[in-house]
Amino acid sequence: MTIAIIQFGGSNCDLDVLHVLQEVLNVDAELVWYKDNNLDHYDGAIIPGGFSYGDYLRSGAIASRTPIMDSIKRMADSEKPIMGICNGFQILTESGLLDGALTTNEYPKFKCEWSYLRVETTDTPFTSRFNKGDVIRVPIAHKDGNFYSDEPTLTKLDDNQQVVFRYVDKNGQITDEANPNGSHENIAGIVNEKKNVMGLMPHPERASESILGTTDGLRMFQSMIDHISK
Amino acid sequence: MHYCAEVTIELKSGMLDPEGTTIKRALGHLGYQTTNVSTAKKYLIEVDEESRDIAEQKVDEMCQKLIANPIIHNYTIELRETQ
Repeated sequence: MTIAIIQFGGSNCDLDVLHVLQEVLNVDAELVWYKDNNLDHYDGAIIPGGFSYGDYLRSGAIASRTPIMDSIKRMADSEKPIMGICNGFQILTESGLLDGALTTNEYPKFKCEWSYLRVETTDTPFTSRFNKGDVIRVPIAHKDGNFYSDEPTLTKLDDNQQVVFRYVDKNGQITDEANPNGSHENIAGIVNEKKNVMGLMPHPERASESILGTTDGLRMFQSMIDHISK
Repeated sequence: MHYCAEVTIELKSGMLDPEGTTIKRALGHLGYQTTNVSTAKKYLIEVDEESRDIAEQKVDEMCQKLIANPIIHNYTIELRETQ
């Protein structure tokens, strides 16, 4: 099993994800520069966080139009798991692989802090190691994380159980105070209809070792590996 | 012919515009009362095309494929012939 970690100019969480996969989980993972356009021999991919192309035009807009995204789309069509973290989530929405858009935080400031998330579904390749309703702690670090979509799309996401994580307080309640960026319905992460492509704003790779305060994020990577190993 | 397209990208109505809201508040601090402040981005795109129609069609495609995000933006194109 080998997982591809996609690097664009300006990606900056790529080495953290590589560390978690290789050192913490002992899984084969490779950094793949965006000019490599064949991902057929990888079993899954992670698009890490950062500021690809300096967030020019819109966060994720330029990266989502690079040729490697055709390979990512092929990988998505072949139902291999793909996880986009933070800027990776923005790239996936900009590419049309995920619904909605990530717009500027309601209070337009870069927020770097811990957030509580509630696991809304375990029926995805990224959340099988959780229980539905689990409240986990994973940090955020973004200025453009305000999830927006029109009402019909929100309804579809809810009806198909495509919302994976919501921002909650530590008791698991959805409140305005627990919403760090103004996201519609406190949405922190979603999957596509086939559920093999997930995007989320929080950084699970920063919550994957006890020395960092929690291993809640690690379970997302473990779930993904379980899914590939099946 | 050489054309310059002035493309203006705005947030769709009803969407939050945190930057606009912040500027409105700052104007208030200076004593200016405004009913609303919205932000927009402008791009100047220059192209050589055979006709005005083709130039407009090409720039429209550019807006749909990259310059605007149709989920959150409206855009307008003003084309003028240049030297």
